[in-house]
Amino acid sequence: MKKVYVDVTASFTRDGVIIPQAIRWEDDHIFYIDRVLDIRRAAAQKTGGAGIRYTCRIAGKEAYLFLEQNRWFVESNR
Amino acid sequence: MKRSILHIDINNCYASIECLHRPELNGLPVAVGGSVEARHGIILAKNEIAKRFGVKTGEALWQAKQKCKDLVVVPPNMPLYARFCTLARQIYLEYTDQMEPFGMDEAWLDVTGSGIFGNSEEIAQTIRERIKEELGITVSIGVSFNKVFAKLASDYKKPDAVTVITEHNFKEIVWPLPASDLLFVGRAAAKRLGGYGIHTIGDIARLQPQLLEGILGKWGLMLHAYANGLDSSPVRRITDQPREIKSIGNSTTTPRDIKNNEDVRLVIYMLAESVCTRMRAQGFYAKTVVLSVRDVNLHSFERQCKLENPSCLSGELALKAYELLQKNYNWCNPIRSIGVRACDLMYHDDCLQLDIYTDEEKRVKRECIEKTVDTLRSRFGDTSIQRALLLSDKKLIGLDGKEEQDVFNEYGGDLL
Repeated sequence: MKKVYVDVTASFTRDGVIIPQAIRWEDDHIFYIDRVLDIRRAAAQKTGGAGIRYTCRIAGKEAYLFLEQNRWFVESNR
Repeated sequence: MKRSILHIDINNCYASIECLHRPELNGLPVAVGGSVEARHGIILAKNEIAKRFGVKTGEALWQAKQKCKDLVVVPPNMPLYARFCTLARQIYLEYTDQMEPFGMDEAWLDVTGSGIFGNSEEIAQTIRERIKEELGITVSIGVSFNKVFAKLASDYKKPDAVTVITEHNFKEIVWPLPASDLLFVGRAAAKRLGGYGIHTIGDIARLQPQLLEGILGKWGLMLHAYANGLDSSPVRRITDQPREIKSIGNSTTTPRDIKNNEDVRLVIYMLAESVCTRMRAQGFYAKTVVLSVRDVNLHSFERQCKLENPSCLSGELALKAYELLQKNYNWCNPIRSIGVRACDLMYHDDCLQLDIYTDEEKRVKRECIEKTVDTLRSRFGDTSIQRALLLSDKKLIGLDGKEEQDVFNEYGGDLL
């Protein structure tokens, strides 16, 4: 597992909630987020760090996306 | 009414945060240590595995490496630790507004009125779980009916644990513990008590208070009350006024030993400037200057003297500190570390006794100049304007005492 920082396109709701919409991977591949299932503060135990954890459904699979201060990262097997 | 107090201690704070951010160090003995080159090479924190090898906080890195040759030493990252400690405090504040930090990584919480979250033990367990889940580090929490026992309880079982000390079980849990475990019983007091055959907290509790007073003065009475669970000091509310500042000081260990008056003057001026900048920012004048010196054999001493006039002028403080050194040090050994502290503080708008022999007008002008220098530095950086003296040896003063101090100052938790 490694920590991969990614570019994220997000929307900011009028209530002040940030909802990520798409992730741009290191190789410029774009993954669209179908739905955000859960938002909570959590530690990234596998790759290190802590921040706000978004549980996202991407292409039918669940994945964690972390917002650590002002940077986004994912825990990757690749 | 019986109070419910929690004391929360982040386990191996710096080391745990480093281990969280460096999963590759999982399973290895890890310590956070200062830079050897800058001669700050001591252990600041260590993880559980390093602890098993006998690595102790405060010892030199080479000593630690002798005990544990595979020890991984990582440099400290203070802003990161400060961020985590703030996040932890934000969690605590969800349960009560009575939260009193004690140092950077410890805090007391009064949850007497927080019944909607459950009883005190349930709240402690929730906080313990949340910190582990949300921040990825562990805490040990002591639950009791006063601050002193809550602190004892949090030390009782580590890591990631909750210990409850009640009015019914404190004699079984607390009394057999060594006297030195009690808050405010330091090395000197423990030795003193040991000389009288007082070795456990129970010994203190069972003794006649007058006898303890005879040994330790008024502290004796206080310790007697603490040992019997009679501590009634409140947990401060976060909205309370911050604690009164009693002194402002800076110290530094120089990159190389100081062997002559010229070098020492340089360092004293640098420290005095930093102290005076901080004093002016808070609106203080000092009436007394304290100089602390530690030589290469780690022998240290402090000397103090009164200033002629209350002052926040770096020149006056530095001169006085330099005089103190001249009077009290014969250069038997080179100096390793030096500190300047301003105490006996008064506010700048308090009444001031002027004297007719001092040119007050000149002093007021000097203060204006120093304030202007402060403004310049805050706008354009600390090195934008400097004393010519300090430029003569940049290597020696290439460290800024103020920055380090600021980090700790915010979280400084010395209770007395």
